[in-house]
Amino acid sequence: MADEVRVDITTDADLVTARAEGRAMAERLGFPRPDPTLIATAISEVARNIVVHVGRGEIVLKPFEDANRYGVVVIARDDGPGIRDVEAAVRDDYSGRGGLGLGLPGARRLMDDFEIESSADSGTTVTMTKWRFRDELAILREERRRRA
Amino acid sequence: MSVAIQRQGDYVIASIQSDLSDSEVLELRHELAEMAGRHRSRGIVIDVAALDVIDSFVARALRSIVLTARLRGADTVIVGIQPDVAIAMVQFRLNLEPLRAALDLDEAIALLDRLTQGDAVDGG
Amino acid sequence: MHEEPDRSAEDEEPEQRTDEEPEQRTDEEPEQRTDDQPDERTDEQPPRPTEDDSLLQELVAYLRENRTELREEWARRISEAELLGVMSDEEIFSEATEVYDNYVDALETGSIENLQTYARELSERIIPRGVETHEVLGIVLLLRDVLARSLFAKYEGDLELLNRILDSYEPAANRIAVTVGVSFVEERERVINEQQEAMRELSTPVLQLRDRLLILPIIGVLDSARARQLTEQLLGAIRDKRATVVVIDITGVATIDRTVANHLVQTVEASRLMGARTILTGLSSEIAQTLVDLDVDLGMMETVGDLQGGIEEAERLAGYRNADASDADGTVAT
Repeated sequence: MADEVRVDITTDADLVTARAEGRAMAERLGFPRPDPTLIATAISEVARNIVVHVGRGEIVLKPFEDANRYGVVVIARDDGPGIRDVEAAVRDDYSGRGGLGLGLPGARRLMDDFEIESSADSGTTVTMTKWRFRDELAILREERRRRA
Repeated sequence: MSVAIQRQGDYVIASIQSDLSDSEVLELRHELAEMAGRHRSRGIVIDVAALDVIDSFVARALRSIVLTARLRGADTVIVGIQPDVAIAMVQFRLNLEPLRAALDLDEAIALLDRLTQGDAVDGG
Repeated sequence: MHEEPDRSAEDEEPEQRTDEEPEQRTDEEPEQRTDDQPDERTDEQPPRPTEDDSLLQELVAYLRENRTELREEWARRISEAELLGVMSDEEIFSEATEVYDNYVDALETGSIENLQTYARELSERIIPRGVETHEVLGIVLLLRDVLARSLFAKYEGDLELLNRILDSYEPAANRIAVTVGVSFVEERERVINEQQEAMRELSTPVLQLRDRLLILPIIGVLDSARARQLTEQLLGAIRDKRATVVVIDITGVATIDRTVANHLVQTVEASRLMGARTILTGLSSEIAQTLVDLDVDLGMMETVGDLQGGIEEAERLAGYRNADASDADGTVAT
């Protein structure tokens, strides 16, 4: 299985790269539609924040698989001035304009797990995960193949 | 340029080829508003079939284009939203209310015909 | 922290999830040993460095030399046991030849990879013909028996040697039987899954009622996974059939929970983004109450109590019925 993928984010073109990598990793892991698009969209949100508000940062994509689940962890890091009111940034006021325009509530809704750390000293790190249970039958078949 | 713009009869067709940057969005909005005013276009079609991701930024851009165009007297129809992209936009809870959508260019033009004809019938 | 703009963003090929790579062994000439007993039995045993190895080689050479008779015996036994009834004699002969050769190769090399590949291909061929698992196991075991019997015949003068030969032969032969059997069963499973998937597609049909008008009747239990599949199918159908109106009928659904209710709402909104309006019909009073209690945002979703009314409304929206005078957009009856 592919290892983690890192994408530097400085320009708009990097958004395209980060999205494409996310989509490719999701498809490789076996996420059914529409998940690859959801993941790519969430990546687009956080990556765009970096480009628009900070200027440079990185996106790291980590695939994982265990006996029962598979998924991808997306980490978006920057060294910017941080978000002063993190709570407001992720608060979902359901109007579509919530979250200070940073799109974080939306990204959170597209992913399964979502964490954010932000301060003036260490910048902002968003960690989000999407995962699925593995297909029972697929697990059984793989086990049998390994044993054969 | 990431957007190809052409006129088709009374309408303006804008095809977005790739993801837009901040400045490109402003440029597009300005351009379309201009054309709507200059040619008295009653309708604008924005084709986003080439976009495999529409995030909140692009959605807001579309929304602002729709609202601006309306101030200039034109209706806007978005076409070409892919199924998975539609699901993402909806799950994202983007405020999509002012957006009118159609499946493709033909549908969009049929819709615009109905809308503009309706205005004419009302004597607008 | 200044980072190098190096991107470890190589586009790796998606891992090929086939089973092991089939090794392409070149066909080696079977050792041409003269067909007499190596080292005539004397009282003293000449030392054999790798006894099992040379015994196996001897065995393999014997099986190759007597290929024709042994294979015919095997084919005879297959008919006797009334196996592979769906195949003609020519087919059985041709497959028997290949199985026999692969079998002996596997005995010789101890490697089952080629055998696995062959077994898979064989399974792919015969499963659509209707060959069943017990038949495949049956013929492989018959081959094992035929070969074992011939060994008894050949070495009956020397029971001790016979035993050693069998010590080499049996584990190898059993491994072969298991390999072929498992490959067949796995291939069957794969075929069954494909069929199930196809059936699942069929069981959530999106029907085209009229041009531009789709209806999606949902029957039975609606859970998250099924709801997700329904959405994909519906949106795909809207795109493929260029639908402008969709009727989703849930007469056949007893209850729904918040997750599924939200899913329905999202499906309706996503359909709108693809240019189609949705009418939800067949809400039972229980579901209606559930939706209200859950405070589900029904937004712009149109609901009609019964399916018939929903279809009429859909036809109106799609332009199949004369519009009321009050309709602003003046739908034209097509």
